[in-house]
Amino acid sequence: MGDVASPAAGGSGGPREWKTAAALVEAVFREERGRLLAALVRRFGDLDLAEEVTSEAVEAALARWPVDGVPARPGAWLLTTARRRAVGRLRRDQAYAARLAVLQVEAERALPAPPADADGDLPDERLALFFTCAHPALAAEDRVALTLRCLAGLTTPEVARAFLVPTATMAQRIVRAKKKISQARVPFRVPGSDELPERLPGVLQVLYSIFTEGYAASSGPHAQRLDLAEEAIRLARVLRRLMPAGREVAGLLALMLLTHARRAARVGPTGEPVPLDEQDRGRWDHEMIAEGRDLVVRALTGGPPGPYGVQAAIAALHDEAPDAASTDWPQIVALYDVLLALAPSPVVAMNRAVAVAMRDTPEAGLALLDAMADEPKLRAHRPYHAARGDLLRRAGRPAEAAAAYRVALGLAGTDPERASLRRRLDEVVLFGPEYDRDG
Amino acid sequence: MKYLLLINAGAVDENGAAEGCDVTEWMAYDKEVREAGILVSGESLADLVAATRVRVGRDGERIVTDGPFAETREVLGGFYVIDVPDLDVAIDWAARCPGARGGGSVVVRPVADFGA
Repeated sequence: MGDVASPAAGGSGGPREWKTAAALVEAVFREERGRLLAALVRRFGDLDLAEEVTSEAVEAALARWPVDGVPARPGAWLLTTARRRAVGRLRRDQAYAARLAVLQVEAERALPAPPADADGDLPDERLALFFTCAHPALAAEDRVALTLRCLAGLTTPEVARAFLVPTATMAQRIVRAKKKISQARVPFRVPGSDELPERLPGVLQVLYSIFTEGYAASSGPHAQRLDLAEEAIRLARVLRRLMPAGREVAGLLALMLLTHARRAARVGPTGEPVPLDEQDRGRWDHEMIAEGRDLVVRALTGGPPGPYGVQAAIAALHDEAPDAASTDWPQIVALYDVLLALAPSPVVAMNRAVAVAMRDTPEAGLALLDAMADEPKLRAHRPYHAARGDLLRRAGRPAEAAAAYRVALGLAGTDPERASLRRRLDEVVLFGPEYDRDG
Repeated sequence: MKYLLLINAGAVDENGAAEGCDVTEWMAYDKEVREAGILVSGESLADLVAATRVRVGRDGERIVTDGPFAETREVLGGFYVIDVPDLDVAIDWAARCPGARGGGSVVVRPVADFGA
């Protein structure tokens, strides 16, 4: 079993010769880490032990491969080495071994046999690992950190850098989460079909928050930050392979692709965010859009729609339109109605109001926005006030627009966001005949 | 693996008794827990008005007070210790407990395993 072929590691299939052994280990490790870890957790029932021996196997590879040459099946080599280390450790530590033996017996009683190796790959137990890392008993921020570390293969310093927290803080968070998994015995298993509707949204939420974190930060002064949006897409692709029938998985991947396709146009030369209606649509990634649109079709056929599928459909309508004016706004409003019924939220209602303004008149959208002014979640929500400012400006009420932009400016946001708001504020102040200095 | 289910009442009456407690629901749940063969122990606690707090000062002096009552928002009304394979099963039993509904909550605490 340890001698199976390594999977065609996506993107790293180039000729071996022009990579140094160390770089190859890194590349193989990154691709294989999640699989290795999942296979080892499955075998030994302990995430900590699995992580340690995974790291040891990589160290061994770094020492051996430059001397002995890269093995024909690097992934299988790593798995065999890691497994041997784990067995060795268990021989030395009898008490630990006894505890794990109990775990193992119980795990085998509770779990069906692992799936047979598909096309000679290492066994893929990553789906169970996705559910363990996103377990509802863990704190939301811990779920994200664990998923990035265990499934995306990031190191703790990389995860820390991605979230702009000190490495020590992130290390502590990961230790705490692993301690909970081990001490409270969070199971390593794929939930049954009866539990899936309750559990799958948690996994999708983790991936989507990784994506939005990457999205929100990529316009900031942190260009060296790891691209979390791409990590999230990579993880969503893995999840989609593991759950090909999951329509919401397809919907989430579609939503990410259809949003990420606009990445080149959504940030201006000085790093400021460019609103959708001002983006140069020629710079959108049309290949990615096509892939996303195919996935939307899958997400929305064969059953009732889910929230990610509907959001992806909205993104697809934006991506298909040659410009803002010719966007299918009636259809977008209709989709927001579906989304509101599935997952009511003030932010969704706000986006619907903006779409209504585009479909009908700015006044119609404003009436809806003003009706939700007392909503606690929107009162300090920068996009709400920015959107109000935009609609007021378009309705020819510059003094009120300026006031709304000032409220938005007073709320938290990144520097480029502030610059964009200031530009819009200056416009209404300069060109607005009704400008009132105390506005 | 043993888990302690701490059953907290969301609201109590003037005697510190859990409000809206449906005896038949509790009896049904208790029967289920027993018949599933997972029960290690479990008790329902007397009203909080009967509670006494004991502390021992640095000089060994006993400080005995009535209470804790006024300052308590959530009141521990009872507990179960169950022996189940993992946290998911424990969470499932907690969710079926009548004490988890109507503003109450059940806290699931794994019992420490010292390798005995």
